Amino acid sequence: MRSLKSLMLALLLAAAPLVHAGEAAPAADDPVLEKRVLKLSEELRCLVCQNQTIADSHADLAVDLKNQIREKLKQGMSDNEVKDYMVARYGDFVLYRPPVKATTWVLWFGPFALLVIGVVVLFAKLKSRARKVAAAAGLSEADHQRAQSLLSAEEKREGA
Amino acid sequence: MNRFLLPLGIFIVLVVFLGIGLNRNPREVPSPLIDKPAPAFQVPQLHEPAKTISQKDMLGKVWLFNVWASWCVSCRQEHPVLVELSKKNVVPIVGLNYKDGREDGMKWLQDWGNPYVLSAFDQDGRVGIDYGVYGVPETFVVDKSGTIRYKHIGPLTQDAVEKKLLPLVQELNAKS
Repeated sequence: MRSLKSLMLALLLAAAPLVHAGEAAPAADDPVLEKRVLKLSEELRCLVCQNQTIADSHADLAVDLKNQIREKLKQGMSDNEVKDYMVARYGDFVLYRPPVKATTWVLWFGPFALLVIGVVVLFAKLKSRARKVAAAAGLSEADHQRAQSLLSAEEKREGA
Repeated sequence: MNRFLLPLGIFIVLVVFLGIGLNRNPREVPSPLIDKPAPAFQVPQLHEPAKTISQKDMLGKVWLFNVWASWCVSCRQEHPVLVELSKKNVVPIVGLNYKDGREDGMKWLQDWGNPYVLSAFDQDGRVGIDYGVYGVPETFVVDKSGTIRYKHIGPLTQDAVEKKLLPLVQELNAKS
């Protein structure tokens, strides 16, 4: 009885991959193609759920687009041609790495520009401070004596 | 006094930027198809599967191309606006029944009224992909030469029709 149970269990476990095989069929078809599909779909944004890639998303449109990518690659399109195909329909927004062009300059170079501005402001501030310190250091002998007498007067008053 | 002015100024600029950012709709992605020829399609009609419809059939007319589906909740919302517009007879509306069942689509039009001169039946959503559809309903304005001039994303409102669509249609109709 016991051995029959374990035999059945073994059979069930052996059958498990077969049950799964139906779902994973496209991947088994052509692993190289599937890899390209995955790589491309990881670089494309799903417009229905905007913070996910097509690869991550289970939205209907994302599934359709993945199939579309697979089909286009099968037809012999290069990766870049597939990207252009998507951009022609959905705009640059589908690309997770937007192209460098006039409308995206602020996006690409804005942070560096801010950094440069920050550094310039910082150095300007430091310089003007250094000048103030230098000016303070440039006291004449008379100034020193006056400061000294003021300070000692202060001490006397405090001492009293 | 002066030392507070600068941070205040920066703060105001920041608030203005954030305010603009908050008031924009991130779902409205500008379509790259504006001022480009309407993508070609030839698919069966919804009501008569034996007949097909193509964007070429509408050449010479200014027309609206409205993407809809019976499963789409916001389509139900914009539907009365479309029915009202179709009654005015100023611009033909072609429907794109997107990823829908034929029976479901036909029943939906029967129940709520049919504003379309014809509906194209796009079962697998391929025409939708060519038109860059990502959120049904969407509405395109196509001019006489078959060029897309405007795209409205999301449900049409009476306001959008009166202030944007109709003036544009009138303008495009005036051109030869």
